[in-house]
Amino acid sequence: MCVKQIPDPATPGALDGSTHALKRDGKLILDESDAYGVEMALQLVTTAGSGEVSIVSMAPNGEMSGMRTALAMGAAKGVLVSDPALAGSDALTTAKVLAAAIQKMGAADLIIAATESSDGYTGTVPEQIAEVLGLPSVTFAKKVEISNGVLKADRQSEAGYDEVECPLPALISVTAGVVEPRYPSFKGIMAAKAKPIETFTASDLGVSPAGWAGAGQKIVSVAQAEARQAGEVIEDDGTAFNKIVSFLENLKVI
Amino acid sequence: MAINSVWVFSQAAGGAPTTGTLELLTKARSLTSNVVAFVGGDASAIAGVLGEYGATKVYATGDLAGKLPGPAVSAAMKAVIDGGDSPSVILFPQNYEGRDTMSRLSVKLNRTVLTNNIDIADSADGVVATTPIFGGNSLVTAAFTGEGPHLVSFRPKSFAAESAGGSAAAVVAAAVPELGTTGTAKVLAVHLEESSGPKLDEAAVVVSGGRGLGEASSYSLVEDLAKLLKGAPGASRAIVDAGWVPYSYQVGQTGKVVKPAVYIAAGISGATQHMVGMKGSKTIIAINKDKEAPIFGVADLGIVGDVHKVLPQLIELLKSRG
Repeated sequence: MCVKQIPDPATPGALDGSTHALKRDGKLILDESDAYGVEMALQLVTTAGSGEVSIVSMAPNGEMSGMRTALAMGAAKGVLVSDPALAGSDALTTAKVLAAAIQKMGAADLIIAATESSDGYTGTVPEQIAEVLGLPSVTFAKKVEISNGVLKADRQSEAGYDEVECPLPALISVTAGVVEPRYPSFKGIMAAKAKPIETFTASDLGVSPAGWAGAGQKIVSVAQAEARQAGEVIEDDGTAFNKIVSFLENLKVI
Repeated sequence: MAINSVWVFSQAAGGAPTTGTLELLTKARSLTSNVVAFVGGDASAIAGVLGEYGATKVYATGDLAGKLPGPAVSAAMKAVIDGGDSPSVILFPQNYEGRDTMSRLSVKLNRTVLTNNIDIADSADGVVATTPIFGGNSLVTAAFTGEGPHLVSFRPKSFAAESAGGSAAAVVAAAVPELGTTGTAKVLAVHLEESSGPKLDEAAVVVSGGRGLGEASSYSLVEDLAKLLKGAPGASRAIVDAGWVPYSYQVGQTGKVVKPAVYIAAGISGATQHMVGMKGSKTIIAINKDKEAPIFGVADLGIVGDVHKVLPQLIELLKSRG
């Protein structure tokens, strides 16, 4: 399971003044959208009756607290790729790094990721990992089952969903709401502290150039967007619906 | 760095090019006269319209026979590029097939991607693309620093689709090469969740509901109001994740982008993720109990009140007027 540790979404995001990168120097937490994939992985292992869930993550500053949350939910172990040289990496480099880490861990039957992170939302990393590893993939899966080494998934489409079948090993990206993530129990939180997290650098994995040097893109400007002006705000005294109706009449909607 | 040719990842639905495809073709022809539509599937029925909107040539893979477009179309694109026809830029829609195809191609070509954009330009800094961040409060412009083809994706409705009055484009076959293990996923069945009434991303009026509705059964208030206003019902991510309504109802960053004449947000607080999808609406009306809710910061008319009181009153009055 690939997870991202992100700044707490409850605190407003900010960009670094010189690099224009999203500031990630504070405490990082498990991206909420990854909790669904962790839960899915745990349930698939339970159904299969054997196997274990490993967590893979990349962070520039050695942060592990988000990974511990996934371990507390029930994952067995983790691999963290941490390297200051990775700061500023684009999605393609991120995918190469995570793919190399997954290979380092040994043969996985199934690689799971969220469809996109909640902070950067590039949304390309899962499919890029599949391509790097030469695997088939089912992205935007909203229902997943495995039997006899074959994965069946309902894949979100513009107009509904497609039923897709895919042999293992494979990669899937899962949408939020695919399963109900469990809350880590106290026992799980305690046990997670002792679970192993192995750490690698980008060069350990043979990925270069990483970080800003390998990004293939640079930010040239950051500007304020034209702000939308707030209009009239009224407290409902039991007659506010009349106000809405006259508003709609003025707009000639009714 | 000049843009000499642009490819547009082109899609069809119901026998016609999608609106998103026509939007990107319209933008592409403002960048260069050399615009190519790349179709994952059969293009014979849509080549006329693709040409009308600016494509001077169409590459088509032919029927994908159940293969997912991501690996198949990216491999077909790579084969054409290896054959010597390499575009300066490839434009993708920010949707399921566009993202998958762009992702696979980025690895095959070893090129970075710029996603979620709303504009592109050929500038002194090279090819630059602009993306809104922090819920659209800031606009970040980034330049590609390496060699092309540059891969860039766009949010729906970034550009207005306008016909160029062009003639039908010639269709050239771009076969899907042998995919090996990457091509082993197969589509077994296609399910459509078509709702009656106007489509969410095309409706003139959208009424969306959020967590403030309290429970799934209250969503019928949103549907009733949408129907009375000849609009489409929408939803925040919170109630889609909670399973109250299908994902196809979701408005926001990970859902649909809507720009209706009137957007009514009922019981929606206005999380960044939601605002990104509806801030472009001409007029916004918000009803929410919490007067501190961010949605009021963008609403033209804000009602601080209980949706369970205001919506039924509103529905009654509209019904009585016929």
